[in-house]
Amino acid sequence: MADPVLQVAGLRAGYGPAEVLFGVELHLARGEVAALMGRNGAGKSTTLKAIMGLLPPRGGSVRFAGQEIAGQAPYRIARLGLGYVPEDRRIFTDLTVTENLEVGRRAAPPGRAPWTPERLFEFFPNLAEMRHRRAGAMSGGEQQMLTIARSLMGNPEAVLLDEPSEGLAPVIVEQMAEAVLRMKAEGIAVLVSEQNLDFAGAVADRALILEKGSVRWQGSIATLEADEDVRRAHLTV
Amino acid sequence: MEWSFLLVQALSGLASASSLFVIASGLTIVFGVTRIVNFAHGSFYMLGAYVAVTLVPWLLEFDRSPWLFFAGVLVSAVVVGLFGVLMEVTLLRRIYRVPELFQLLATFGVVLIVQDLVLLAWGPVDIPGPRAPGLRHGVYILDQRFPAYELFLIFVGPAVLALLWLLMHRTRFGVLIRAATQDREMVGALGVNQAMLFTGTLFLGAALAGLGGALQIPRVSANPQMDLSVITEAFVVTVIGGMGSVPGAFLAALLIGQLQAFGVLVFPKITLVLVFLLMAAVLVVKPWGLLGRPEAAAGRAVLPEGILDPRPLDLAGKLLAAVALLGVLALPLLDAYAVKVGTEVLVLALAAFSLNFLVGNGGIVSFGHAAYFGLGAYGAGLLVTRAGLPMEPALVAAPIVGGASAALFGFFVVRLSGIYLAMLTLAFAQIAYAVVFQWVEVTGGDNGLVGVWPSAWAASREAYHYLTAAVTVAAIVFLRRVIHAPFGATLRAARDSAQRADAIGVDVRMHRWLGFTLAGAAAGLAGGLYAFSKGSIDPTLLGIPLSVDFLSMILLGGIQSVLGSIAGAAAFHAVKDFFMPLTDHWRLFLGLSIIAMVLIFPRGLAGAWASLRGRAA
Repeated sequence: MADPVLQVAGLRAGYGPAEVLFGVELHLARGEVAALMGRNGAGKSTTLKAIMGLLPPRGGSVRFAGQEIAGQAPYRIARLGLGYVPEDRRIFTDLTVTENLEVGRRAAPPGRAPWTPERLFEFFPNLAEMRHRRAGAMSGGEQQMLTIARSLMGNPEAVLLDEPSEGLAPVIVEQMAEAVLRMKAEGIAVLVSEQNLDFAGAVADRALILEKGSVRWQGSIATLEADEDVRRAHLTV
Repeated sequence: MEWSFLLVQALSGLASASSLFVIASGLTIVFGVTRIVNFAHGSFYMLGAYVAVTLVPWLLEFDRSPWLFFAGVLVSAVVVGLFGVLMEVTLLRRIYRVPELFQLLATFGVVLIVQDLVLLAWGPVDIPGPRAPGLRHGVYILDQRFPAYELFLIFVGPAVLALLWLLMHRTRFGVLIRAATQDREMVGALGVNQAMLFTGTLFLGAALAGLGGALQIPRVSANPQMDLSVITEAFVVTVIGGMGSVPGAFLAALLIGQLQAFGVLVFPKITLVLVFLLMAAVLVVKPWGLLGRPEAAAGRAVLPEGILDPRPLDLAGKLLAAVALLGVLALPLLDAYAVKVGTEVLVLALAAFSLNFLVGNGGIVSFGHAAYFGLGAYGAGLLVTRAGLPMEPALVAAPIVGGASAALFGFFVVRLSGIYLAMLTLAFAQIAYAVVFQWVEVTGGDNGLVGVWPSAWAASREAYHYLTAAVTVAAIVFLRRVIHAPFGATLRAARDSAQRADAIGVDVRMHRWLGFTLAGAAAGLAGGLYAFSKGSIDPTLLGIPLSVDFLSMILLGGIQSVLGSIAGAAAFHAVKDFFMPLTDHWRLFLGLSIIAMVLIFPRGLAGAWASLRGRAA
């Protein structure tokens, strides 16, 4: 396998006295979509936050684009080309759609065509119609589109996508899956945390299953879909 | 009343609203982004005035043109903006993640430092500024004369609002500021260097304060009291408008400007009170201010680690308490000075203990605890001097006055939380201060009252010392008992999660209200004892500086420690008493100490003691 864009080894993290991650090991190849799966409380969101530096890791190593990023400030990690789409969206509700995109804007690495609002509006036609609307006045699905668009404005090489399908109507979930596939087509690697196997199956090449703060299973998504025992052992409640 | 008179009154209200808005807009922008309530904003305002009274006359030497006057004003604003940058880089950057109480204290440390530096640089005498060339005349509105400069000021506020709007909506910097006001952590996760953004914000905020100060020079002389008087007004404007909201600040400034302009006609003595009443009313109806919104959970400052698990004293603790008690009793064997300091320490220890009962045990960060101390002192003092009662009933009345006023103010205070709560306690303390200060016939105003002497049996320094020791130790033991009792545990539960406490059937508001009242009563008792030890009362007993002293004591003692605030009070007072006479620059010294304490000593003396013992064990 070629040099992965993201390589996590022995990652530990937690909140106050509570330890959540006990040595997470994972990697993400360039241009690949991997699904980080697991039950509620397994540590999916915590893993993504710890990679992004939003929750300072307590141990282990996170390498991104050839650099050690564990312990770095989130803005430095973002500038290296790692995008982050949080679970609760965290769009700037007082700002318009265009202004939300402006906050995410960063120069593209040399030799790559930068994402512009115009290009993103082609990508997400819904957003184009409401570019001057206050983001707080949009529906949940539209807001979710906006968070993805906002992270793309930073011209990332890889994106951490936290539970994109959660709480959305099935038709919107389909649009989200389409968006992830188009990101993949653009050569962007995506690590998506997900509980919904249908969604993961539609977008991901590979699945990793977290349980009690470490990766307990990994393999191709097709294997996971075929193997009911694995699903029963790690995913079903 | 004449029509034209009312019109002119309204216009002067607009002019002061304008000035107020310029200052408050900077405060609210800085708070929005950094989540720090910057006490030093008033210092920036004062610096703006001082820089302008130095720079503008020098410029006008070249040519008495309006352009040079306004160029001087703008340059002063920029200079003050650079002071803001200095403060961000050297101090604020280190304290973004510490509890908001520590942030407030640290910025108050800057206030003290700037006060001394201003005295050093410009001296204690007020410096009148030049009048603005071209705007020195009066304009006739109907038949009333109105100063042209005031008329000009009326337009400054809307102009600044418009410029800020353009900045916030038409520049990347402004869009980032608005985004960070809502969720600064997410802004960082999108690759924005917060340090640069915060530095820029402080420049903008301080420059606005400096502009506000510089624009005042034709109206008021630059003087060393400008900082604290303006900061309370600016706080009130930002709280009423909604912290972080610039349009809200504009609206609030307009309201307050008119309230003051017309309030002065109806209640000439209590305009300050009117302003604070407006604030209390707004906060009860709209707890986040007129245009503010509830704080997002993300990026929110945390409460300091408070008292966790109060335990009975172990052997070392008992020994320490016994030694301290013996020391208190043995003090009269030393000289009279030691007795005086000892009595003061006992009184302050009770006040500090009652404050930590609120802060450490209840998570209620009161920024105006001196109000209850001072009201207790005035309650006792007035009974003695005005009603001719002896000391004993007056000392009984002191905690009743302190408790009753805490119950009254606390009724509103406990409806809020976090920074809004701190601001409201500060505002109420300023109301009490204003009443005492302005009601000269009864309180003696600024001079206070003398002749608050103990009864004959307690008149000697030693006897009064023992009386104080008996009362304060009993009160502290009682409060400590309350902390250990289920009531104290319930307050801690409400502190750690008001929602969860609510969900298991605790009446959080009622418990907090009772706790606030009890702490106020204890502070009032301390105030009463203090009044008789001094023989006099004056408004500084209710002032912000004394509230900050109390906070410094509990911080020094360690907020998470039950008994630490006693040690904190002793250490703080002994050091202050020792150093104040030695230096003319005790404010500088105190300010630097507070900042040092926040930066290196966040767990206080008791914390240092605990970790020392932890290391030894």
